[in-house]
Amino acid sequence: MPAESRTLAQRLMRWETLILGLIVVAWIVGAGLSGDFLSADSFTTASLDLSEVALMALPMALLVVAAEIDLSVASILALSSACMGELWNSGQTIEIIFLECILIGAACGAVNGFLVTRLGLPSLAVTIGTLSLFRGLAFVVIGDQSVTDFPSTWTDRAFGNFGSTAIPNTMVLFGVLAVIFAVLLHGTGFGRKIFAIGANEEAARFSGVRVKRIKFWLFVLSGAVAGLAGVVISLRNSTAAANVGTGFELTVVTAVVLGGVSIFGGKGSLGGVILALVLLGSINKALTLSDSISSYWIQIVTGTLLIGSVLVPNLAVRAREARAHNFHGRRQWPWRTRVDTSRPQEESA
Amino acid sequence: MSAQTETASGGAVAPEAGAEARRRTDVIFRVRELGIVGALGLLILVTALIEPRFVEADSLRNLALNAAIFAILAAGQTLVLVTRNVDLSVSSVLALSAFMAGTLLSDHPSLPIPIVFLLGMGLGAAAGALNGFLVTFGRVPALVVTLGTLYAFRGLAFLWTDGRQVNAETLPDSFLNIGTGTILGIPTLALIALVVVLIVGQYLRDFRSGRELYAIGSSPEAARLAGVRTDRRVLSAFVIAGALAGLGGVLFTARFGTVDATAGNGYEFTVIAAAVVGGVTINGGSGSVYGAAIGAVLLGTITSSLIVLKVDSFWQQAAVGALLITAIAFDRWIGLRLDAALRQRSARRAG
Repeated sequence: MPAESRTLAQRLMRWETLILGLIVVAWIVGAGLSGDFLSADSFTTASLDLSEVALMALPMALLVVAAEIDLSVASILALSSACMGELWNSGQTIEIIFLECILIGAACGAVNGFLVTRLGLPSLAVTIGTLSLFRGLAFVVIGDQSVTDFPSTWTDRAFGNFGSTAIPNTMVLFGVLAVIFAVLLHGTGFGRKIFAIGANEEAARFSGVRVKRIKFWLFVLSGAVAGLAGVVISLRNSTAAANVGTGFELTVVTAVVLGGVSIFGGKGSLGGVILALVLLGSINKALTLSDSISSYWIQIVTGTLLIGSVLVPNLAVRAREARAHNFHGRRQWPWRTRVDTSRPQEESA
Repeated sequence: MSAQTETASGGAVAPEAGAEARRRTDVIFRVRELGIVGALGLLILVTALIEPRFVEADSLRNLALNAAIFAILAAGQTLVLVTRNVDLSVSSVLALSAFMAGTLLSDHPSLPIPIVFLLGMGLGAAAGALNGFLVTFGRVPALVVTLGTLYAFRGLAFLWTDGRQVNAETLPDSFLNIGTGTILGIPTLALIALVVVLIVGQYLRDFRSGRELYAIGSSPEAARLAGVRTDRRVLSAFVIAGALAGLGGVLFTARFGTVDATAGNGYEFTVIAAAVVGGVTINGGSGSVYGAAIGAVLLGTITSSLIVLKVDSFWQQAAVGALLITAIAFDRWIGLRLDAALRQRSARRAG
């Protein structure tokens, strides 16, 4: 259906343009609120603060496109951080520990993936459970202790900028992963299968897509990146502890949904998610720097944007439908069939 | 899913077959609720055998106190979950209502306490109405709406409190007694929770509009075609959930006395976990308020019994997560068994 995919592309294009517009607004407002906003330093700190959320948003975008969700990412991050601290205390080489933490994250993701794909459990419920489980395990591993004596070569790297630029090293890491994920989602058959699964899982299965296997690996990927994010946050703060990143899961989901990925799957682009991250970072920084506006507004603005990002396009569709409805001049029930309160059900033809 | 089969069999099959299927599903639902009661009983028994003081009146009173607010929130969450929606914003609504109750009573100690409760529930209902309106009229997925309002309401709470906090010393004793006092040896808070759970539970179980929530959760489209006013029902589910979160907020203030903008932070997942452990499915159409309330008691009891058993408190959270996963895996297993049983039966009939 080339016509339909074109309109979809047009819509995504419009959505991304809209976020770009909001970013410009945020920058203008930010510059107006504080003279420090449009500076290299403010870019560095704003993007550093968002490093882990940004990393975890990449695989989350793929999962949500496949109509699944992983709320346990922040807890995997914490478990990774806790294990990193304990492993470092046990005297292992730091580079080996990095790998181990990523593997631990991947194992956590495999647990999620197993429960969702093999036992057929809803990912929302499963990952609320593992959110608690993995965070709990993080506390079991390290307790309320923290480990702070990581080698300064690595903590400096995690905290520092790339060469003499104002770009933090963590953002370079994010950039590399973002390119890989973008190619994966938008440039490969694997990515097209992810969209197919999200759009209609049944149809995808009947066309030979190995739905369960792909979903399983998406959860593993999400866990591995969360494990990596755990390493990054531990190095960046020079602290490994079990309570790091509490609530990050909600920020990650916010970035993905704000980026135009449909929570019901099948729609979205990684470009949108990256722009949404820029927008969230800009709002955060602008309101933090401002003296006149309380930084409490960050949450209010974020929440409103999140709802607005889905509400406004919906209302536009609704207005169009109402016009079409008037045009036909009679009441038809199908005009209300597209209600987003339900997951799209596959019709058995 | 079990629930879909339940409503489908209740409505579509011939009357006597429907009655039989209903009996069968009733048995299974009872198994589900009995299962959680059994798990709770076993947990208390084992803990009591190891540490007899666990079942002394004081300790049991504490259990009831800790579970009360969660049971009320879980009752509201059940209504929303049953319609195949979710309300993540309850914790933020709780914070707003808790702070409102605290400031009102600090500034006007003579204010009648029922008025404070009404205002708290009214505030919660308004917040719930906003959620429900965005979900039904705005057609925004509930997960997105309530994630947004979770942030927005929490932000409002921070803005409103502006770093201040309400302290127990400034609150009237008659109000604090609701949170800490007892009637005939039973904590007042637990009695309130019991009444709320019974009312909401009976509403969902026996009232037409309550049953319609199940129909919506099983198949929104079928419910609409059957003449259920789905938008109105979903909206009312959110309003009730919001009002109960508001009530939870007022009770939070009565219980703890100290309230700031972080009140109830992170409760959203605990409340959903309680409901899901109690047999409410996240995909809607199945579960009961009673199950959810017992789920809340079970989660609270696990925490207390781990403390009593001197298990490292760090294991608590992990245990709660493991229990939640076990519960949904168990639900899935029951659902598969039920589907198989119903299929077999209808095959026998057809043959």
